Amino acid sequence: MVVSTKRALEGAHASAQAMRQINPDVVAAYPITPQTAIVQTFSQFVADGAVDTEFIAVESEHAAMSACIGAAAAGGRVMTATAANGLALMWEELYIAASLRLPIVMSVVNRALSGPLNIHCDHSDTMGARDAGWIHIFSETGQEAYDNTIQAVRIAEHSDLLTPVMVMQDGFITGHAVERVEVADDKSVKDFIGTYKPQHSLLDVDHPATFGAWDLYDYYFEHKRQQSDALSRAMKVIVDVGEEFGKKFGRHYGISDAYEMDDAEMAIVVLSSTAGTARTVVRKLRQQGVKIGLLKLRVFRPFPAQELVAALKGLKAVAVLDRSIVFGAMDGAGPVFLETCAALYAAGATPKVVNYIYGLGGRDVLPDQIEKAASDLREIVNTGKIKSLVSYLGLRE
Amino acid sequence: MAINLKELSAKPERLASGHRFCAGCAEPIIIRQMLHAIDEPVVVGAATGCAEIATSMYPNTAWNVPWVHNAFENVASTISGVESMYRSLVRQGKMQERNLRFVAIGGDGATYDIGLQWISGAFERGHRFIYVCLNNEAYMNTGIQRSSATPRGASTTTSPAGSVIPGKVQWRKPMTEIMAAHDIPYVAQAAPSNWRDLMEKTRKAAAANGPSFINVLSDCNRGWRHSTETSIEVTKLGVETCYWPLYEVENGVWKLNYKPREKKPIVEFLKAQGRFSHLFQPEFKHVIDEIQAKIDEEWDKLVARCGA
Repeated sequence: MVVSTKRALEGAHASAQAMRQINPDVVAAYPITPQTAIVQTFSQFVADGAVDTEFIAVESEHAAMSACIGAAAAGGRVMTATAANGLALMWEELYIAASLRLPIVMSVVNRALSGPLNIHCDHSDTMGARDAGWIHIFSETGQEAYDNTIQAVRIAEHSDLLTPVMVMQDGFITGHAVERVEVADDKSVKDFIGTYKPQHSLLDVDHPATFGAWDLYDYYFEHKRQQSDALSRAMKVIVDVGEEFGKKFGRHYGISDAYEMDDAEMAIVVLSSTAGTARTVVRKLRQQGVKIGLLKLRVFRPFPAQELVAALKGLKAVAVLDRSIVFGAMDGAGPVFLETCAALYAAGATPKVVNYIYGLGGRDVLPDQIEKAASDLREIVNTGKIKSLVSYLGLRE
Repeated sequence: MAINLKELSAKPERLASGHRFCAGCAEPIIIRQMLHAIDEPVVVGAATGCAEIATSMYPNTAWNVPWVHNAFENVASTISGVESMYRSLVRQGKMQERNLRFVAIGGDGATYDIGLQWISGAFERGHRFIYVCLNNEAYMNTGIQRSSATPRGASTTTSPAGSVIPGKVQWRKPMTEIMAAHDIPYVAQAAPSNWRDLMEKTRKAAAANGPSFINVLSDCNRGWRHSTETSIEVTKLGVETCYWPLYEVENGVWKLNYKPREKKPIVEFLKAQGRFSHLFQPEFKHVIDEIQAKIDEEWDKLVARCGA
């Protein structure tokens, strides 16, 4: 029986609460705005004896992920947290963590990458790491950040995957905003995540294993295929864990979250906190009789191509909102748009799809901006013509 | 406990034969000497470099002990994580105390240059592990490029001797002193030519309750340019010329472990190696004098510091 407590928590503190309940064996982390609230809250848990964790206060994010890799190879549960330039500094280690198949869980409080220096939200940091082999789960609210962090442990450690997971929330917008968060009792979380039994451990001196051997043309290719296959298996695990979580804690999670999609002719696709704003807009337009829906993607890696196609294939027009740019890509589009287009094309689905870049460097996105995107969609439906493949919301031009 | 060769020869090999080190390389000699000296079970981490690639080509491994390689610059942080996990699991009762020892191995590139921050951070945090620098004085794994451990005057592919510039212009970084400045329990400089000294130092490092650092001169006949069978002799010349003094800093106390009866001139070390051969051209002769003067100055400073 889960006993939850309703608390007023910042998103970052909700993540820290999840970390406390997960009680990892080792955490190695380095502070960076706006993630700092996580690492300093967790440090206090360590100082107060609220967790059994060995906390390594490293000297950089590269060292954080390096130590996480050593600790995870030594066979216990390992977590960390970062943002923006910290994630970029980890870049080399992200790939190594994934290729060593170490189930590390990391909270990322999304923040714009330098340069120029900026501390506010966009998704350029984790989108820059999208090919590193991690599972990427986005959270709309503090509650989702809490729930996703707990589920991430089960997903990462699943024997079919053994793949690290990063759980995102929007910097400041979610990370520093106080919201109502239901925090479950410690025992229920402990029971849900269970215990972790590594297949191999560096500390098993009776069965010595070599980790991180070098690997040339004879085997590297096969190992990369295995890694890719593991990510392909992840979707089922994410769904299963989400269902089990829902049964136990009463909040259900899938690959995406559909709102007013059943009879929709148009849809908005978006990640994270902007889904809340978009939902408000969809609700308002529905009252006006506009057949529009919202598809909030929860999982970006692995990319849910099948689920997305199933949700969008019958529509007439789709607006994909991106909080980052793939520089040099077709028309300077964003990553969610490009992958959505690829999925629809490969499936032979033909809705008209346009892209809106928004909110870079923490720029506010307002309901009337999303309404403008919706009115563009209506025009596309009426005329059958796309005026602009990639547009910008809230940009001075 | 005294080093007894007969007893040690009966111990199982921790680094197996059949590895891919070059003929005459000092690194496997040093690794075997050091790991033999440690009685406790060990977990070894390696930075990217010769010692890593020569021992771990998938699907083979030369390691009979648990071993991890992560990347070039970060073996100190990687081992920090391993050691922290060990302390965590033992403290929580999730595994038995096994008196494990943790050894991080890096070349001079990984230690003096790209990995300096990671080592400094791990030492400041006080993880209990032995950091071993297999110092062959250049990036030998990638084909003899200069490092900050490369001595002045040595020719490497990125500090080549030319008609105008006589090899590397800069002096070596005083890495052992920089490590000693971290006030960790044990720091030493050693060489495989003086194997008993190296093994005793390894035991002291293994007994230290905190980080320890041993900088070991590791002859590379490919980079130093001499025949494969003379590695240990060349190393010995390094010690006898006071180019590579053997000393230790134990809990802040500096001690000279070896004082040559007669300090040999640096020329004897230099002329044994092709990397210095250009210095014997008349126009570069002054560099040899400068090297001798620098070695004399550093040796006198060390002797005074050690009160020897």
